[in-house]
Amino acid sequence: MSNSMDNLQKIKNSLKRRSRSETRFRLYGRVAIAIGLAAVLALFVDIVSKGHGAFKATYIQVDVHYDADLLGITSLADESQLMQANWDALTKSALRNKFSEVSGRRDKRQLYKLLSNGTGFDLKEHLVVNPLLLGETESKWLLADDDIDTYYKSWLDGEPYDARLSKKQVEWIDQLHQQGHIRLQLNTNLLTRGDSREPEQAGIYGAVMGSLLTLMLTLMLSFPIGVAAAIYLEEFASKNRFTDFIEVNINNLAAVPSIIFGLLGLAVFINFFHVPRSVPIVGGLVLTLMTLPTIIITSRAAIKSVPPSIREAALGMGASRYQVVLHHVLPLALPGMLTGAIIGMAQALGETAPLLIIGLLHLLRIFLRFLPILLPCCPYKFSYWPIAQREPLLKRHQLPLWYCCHSC
Amino acid sequence: MKEATAATKTAKDSKSSPKQNLEVDQAQVTVGNRFCENPKMSMRDVNVFYGDKQAIYDVSVDIAKNEVIAMIGPSGCGKSTFLRSLNRMNDTVDGCKVEGEVLLDGDNIYHKNLDVVELRARVGMVFQKPNPFPKSIFENIAYGPKIHGLADSRVDLDEIVEGSLKKAGLWEEVKERLHQPGTGLSGGQQQRLCIARAIAVSPEVILMDEPCSALDPIATARIEELIEELSQNFTIAIVTHSMQQAARVSNRTAYFHLGKLIEVNPTEQVFTMPEHQLTEAYITGRFG
Repeated sequence: MSNSMDNLQKIKNSLKRRSRSETRFRLYGRVAIAIGLAAVLALFVDIVSKGHGAFKATYIQVDVHYDADLLGITSLADESQLMQANWDALTKSALRNKFSEVSGRRDKRQLYKLLSNGTGFDLKEHLVVNPLLLGETESKWLLADDDIDTYYKSWLDGEPYDARLSKKQVEWIDQLHQQGHIRLQLNTNLLTRGDSREPEQAGIYGAVMGSLLTLMLTLMLSFPIGVAAAIYLEEFASKNRFTDFIEVNINNLAAVPSIIFGLLGLAVFINFFHVPRSVPIVGGLVLTLMTLPTIIITSRAAIKSVPPSIREAALGMGASRYQVVLHHVLPLALPGMLTGAIIGMAQALGETAPLLIIGLLHLLRIFLRFLPILLPCCPYKFSYWPIAQREPLLKRHQLPLWYCCHSC
Repeated sequence: MKEATAATKTAKDSKSSPKQNLEVDQAQVTVGNRFCENPKMSMRDVNVFYGDKQAIYDVSVDIAKNEVIAMIGPSGCGKSTFLRSLNRMNDTVDGCKVEGEVLLDGDNIYHKNLDVVELRARVGMVFQKPNPFPKSIFENIAYGPKIHGLADSRVDLDEIVEGSLKKAGLWEEVKERLHQPGTGLSGGQQQRLCIARAIAVSPEVILMDEPCSALDPIATARIEELIEELSQNFTIAIVTHSMQQAARVSNRTAYFHLGKLIEVNPTEQVFTMPEHQLTEAYITGRFG
């Protein structure tokens, strides 16, 4: 009797200790979640506060006179004339008209640098859509050069960065600002264009589409192949040395560095099968090889976790092995398989090394024209930008960089 | 083979000692009425191996049409293994090999021309643990008829489902919730659902592997009643740990010991005056 009283006392004493450790454990959990949330919040605040500038671009208003003589064309219908026409002359004359006091070759060259290199082509596209404008004059907002953009934004923020501008250019911008002929506008290029040598013309459209197509291909190839392989190995293959050998090799493949897959893709798909470089199909194939082990391993685990009693029940009913798999094993294993596919896809989306090797790095100004031929891929593009551009311009690219961080 | 002969010698040597009476004689021949006329299933010299290990030794026995045969014996005596070799469920076990003849209506079920799918449609099985599919009650019953193409129309299928559930005595309890998951039923109901699922394809033989071992006495009584009703239409082979259950539900009882079939006799005789001393020792509780 006294013994049982003792036990009761001991249990009571231990209760306090146990509830304390439970409280402590809960606290650890809450702290962990709070740290995670704080990190995400910090990341987002940093990105939005620094990167929101990239959503706007500087535009300058000029009066454009669509002069057929200046362009050297007679008809808008003639494609070869349009190709050869001197479109830059339009923007140059517009700038000269705006700043009529500027003279001398050097000053004029600096003046022309106010506007982006590609504005001539923008005007061409505009004129082709509106042919009635030929011979007319129109007041138009044109995209400013990236140096101007950087300066104007920093000047608006109160910390002007003018290292890359001449004194005259600074004066002109001041003048334009007073006249209200320079302003920040929504940067539509960012979402509608591919990459460009000119930062102000660059966008993420080509890279995003390239990534999407590559990933679609990867998913379409690797999921069926991976699931089929997993089902065969798990449900149909007899257990012998050969299947053991295959299993070991699949597990080893999952640990191979991704750059090796890039080399394999280069050697096999590009050099042997002569698939053109930089097409999404090569990226898709290489990433398929890379994600297959992940998908096979997770799918096998998912199939293994289906209770054997369900298989027995179906077999006992007279279901064939194929019916057992299709009707009972697959539906129960599918969530696990999809988890594997998502992990594999996330891994593929952020993968840079193999894509570098197979050359998915082409600069594209306009994405759609080259759709079937060339496609850059997001991760590589973004890792390349900060090196390619001068440091203050990083700001322009903060937003894409964020995608990059996110996808890695 | 060598080991077997060696074992035979030791068994013979020790025969004189009364203490060793309960040892299995390697030359043991099954006692009792093993065979019958026009059997539904008949087994001849069945040996089952798991890899190198032999689990069943030279079992020969007949199962008559519409009888309930109970298989009893201590744990690990091979009664479940023997039962599973009757509809080739052992095929799914790696390294399992069956020798000898198992005839269903005179055809060897291990013949290479026989499709195991057809066999299992004719010889259904109910397992130890209730294992309904994680689908609705209706889908559970309809699955067999669907894969074998037994129902010509939706109405047919409904009839089969209702009939099977009625035969399994589950209809009144579940008719309001046919489309709710079968896994939501109680243990006893789940086992009756599994029995209903097995009889939905109208098999000729039903194998039951300790169908009541996971159930409480009331659910067990319900299933035993059901077995009695089913025996009018089906041939039933039931493996059980409970001798009372064997005594209650079966016409004949087979006693297994260490992979050998020791005795087969009408149930009443097995439990009142067993022919073999091992059987007697088991049913009187001297081991098991």
